[in-house]
Amino acid sequence: MPKPVLLFGYGNLSRGDDALGPLLLEYAETHCDLDDIEILTDFQLQIEHALDLENRRLVLFVDASVACVNAFDFAVLEPARDKSYTTHAMSPAAVLDVYQSIKKQTPPPCFLLSIKAEKFELGDGLSANAETNLVEACSFAGRLLSNPELDFWLKQVNAAESCLLT
Amino acid sequence: MYEHLETAENRDSLKRVVVDPVSRVEGHGKVTLLLDADNKVQQARLHIVEFRGFERFIQGRPYWELPVLVQRLCGICPVSHHLAAAKAIDQLVGIDPENLPVSADKLRRLLHFGQVLQSHALHFFHLSSPDLLFGFESDISKRSVIAVLAEYPEIGVQGVKLRKYGQEVIRMVSGKRIHGTGAIAGGMNKSLSKAERDYLLEDIDQMITWAEGSVALIKKVHCSNLPYYDEFATIRTNYLGLTKPDGALELYHGGIRAKNEHGETLMDHIDYCKYNDYIHEEVRSWTYMKFPYLLSLGQEQGWYRVGPLARVNNCDYIDTPLAEAARVEFKAHSSEAMVHSTLAFHWARLIEVLHCAESIKELLNDPDIMGHDLVAQGEKRYEGIGVIEAPRGTLFHHYQVDENDIVTKANLIVSTTSNNMAMNESVRQVAAEYLSGRELTEPLLNNLEVAIRAYDPCLSCATHAVGKMPLQLELVDAEGKLIDKLIKHGDGQIERDNA
Repeated sequence: MPKPVLLFGYGNLSRGDDALGPLLLEYAETHCDLDDIEILTDFQLQIEHALDLENRRLVLFVDASVACVNAFDFAVLEPARDKSYTTHAMSPAAVLDVYQSIKKQTPPPCFLLSIKAEKFELGDGLSANAETNLVEACSFAGRLLSNPELDFWLKQVNAAESCLLT
Repeated sequence: MYEHLETAENRDSLKRVVVDPVSRVEGHGKVTLLLDADNKVQQARLHIVEFRGFERFIQGRPYWELPVLVQRLCGICPVSHHLAAAKAIDQLVGIDPENLPVSADKLRRLLHFGQVLQSHALHFFHLSSPDLLFGFESDISKRSVIAVLAEYPEIGVQGVKLRKYGQEVIRMVSGKRIHGTGAIAGGMNKSLSKAERDYLLEDIDQMITWAEGSVALIKKVHCSNLPYYDEFATIRTNYLGLTKPDGALELYHGGIRAKNEHGETLMDHIDYCKYNDYIHEEVRSWTYMKFPYLLSLGQEQGWYRVGPLARVNNCDYIDTPLAEAARVEFKAHSSEAMVHSTLAFHWARLIEVLHCAESIKELLNDPDIMGHDLVAQGEKRYEGIGVIEAPRGTLFHHYQVDENDIVTKANLIVSTTSNNMAMNESVRQVAAEYLSGRELTEPLLNNLEVAIRAYDPCLSCATHAVGKMPLQLELVDAEGKLIDKLIKHGDGQIERDNA
């Protein structure tokens, strides 16, 4: 039986800020109690990752994003058919949709922690801004992972949305 | 051939159509068409964003980092880069392939079969089956794996699970699905435990059955409209790849064999460490991507195709029974010595899936994969060359190191580069035969993408933050004025923006 919580950070460690997802996992490995948390990483999301969602209570995807409004954004994920279906790299929402199609059931509650990123060149390290954003995102993720309850995570989403509105 | 469409004579008076990016291929690709007033194609080119910066990324690093480091060049086939680099650095520690410990050799082969299986499964079931099952000009909403899952649920699920199984083979052999450190200089860093072996054995018969089914499916699809499938994007070319000493299909290690369009052998059993004596790369002014060719035939006649179609065409037989039976049927369907149909890449790819599944079972039942003699060491050398048959074709890694073991020179020829000329030719064939003189529509332009996708090109590397733009087509007149624009949004909606 898999662990109830899945922390899935994806990206390429050698492509500048694309490393943000895997680097947050490194933080979690050294700072969080992982008894009930499984850590998974890959370069990018693909169809078979739908099977990694099976029998989970909570799932947190972590990704670098140029579209982030803040240092990091936190949102609930819903299954969606988006343009990523036609590429080698799928969005987390598309992975949820594959899960739904295969399993014929609603996926477990899934959330996306996006960390603001700028540069993705092969061989580059993190940009200065991304380093700062990572520190904030790690702190936030630490709170989530020490309270792996749906209600708590939903409150964090609402709090983040309130901040955006004000 | 269609070389006359590479460069038009009166380019300034032609309309320009840009398909950017090509979807369902890795990274970025762009097709430009120049049309005359009657919408006749006068020039067609495929532009690919080349793997620039590879050498800079690798040079200056200690050689022992390379098997892990080069995995980050490509998120699609990291294991192929991992193994090609490992083969090259074996030589840096004085170990030639025949001196690699038996267990290490078999574990690497197992790892490689897992990689090829999962890569081919992704390409066929996820990226190409929508075109093949619903038609190249079908409604855009159907061109995704979700539509396949809805209308052909068994096929869709099999694709997902075959892919997952290949990933599990990689995870068990290398410790992780990605970033694994399975291969090291001179061998492997771990063998398979009995528990790991038994875990993989649980599902292998199912995988073989599904792989057999996928070969039957593609044969049925291909033969259901044979004239069309045999002619679409088809070009008659040379083929290059590795084979075993007895001429059998080989994915991990062998000599270079090349055949011409008539099936005549151009070279055979060539030691790949001497590749520079046989293969050169040409530079053209309009693209950063190089054009490899066989030196003996020259730039004009020496270009070749690599990958599943080349391998299945080139080999004398396949040493697993079900895949061999499939190969015999595949070859028999053509009236020519070589199967030239570009869409037959799909058929050949699935024959290789079946071969991989059979080979995985064979290796899992071989006690050597649980052996503990895993690393050999010899006299230091300053140059190493590793060549492997990656899912998309022959992959070359060539390194030189200094006395401090730091890489001073690196040269990589990736599979997609070898297929560069062929993909351009296929694009020109489709442009000339299917588009010329017709009004340009999105389904028609998907024909171009179908031709490119057959090669399963890997156009960029592992970042997932690029390559997600919607498809955009622009028609520009001779004065450079935008006169028509077609946009394919992420949700499949088509918008026409008449400027």
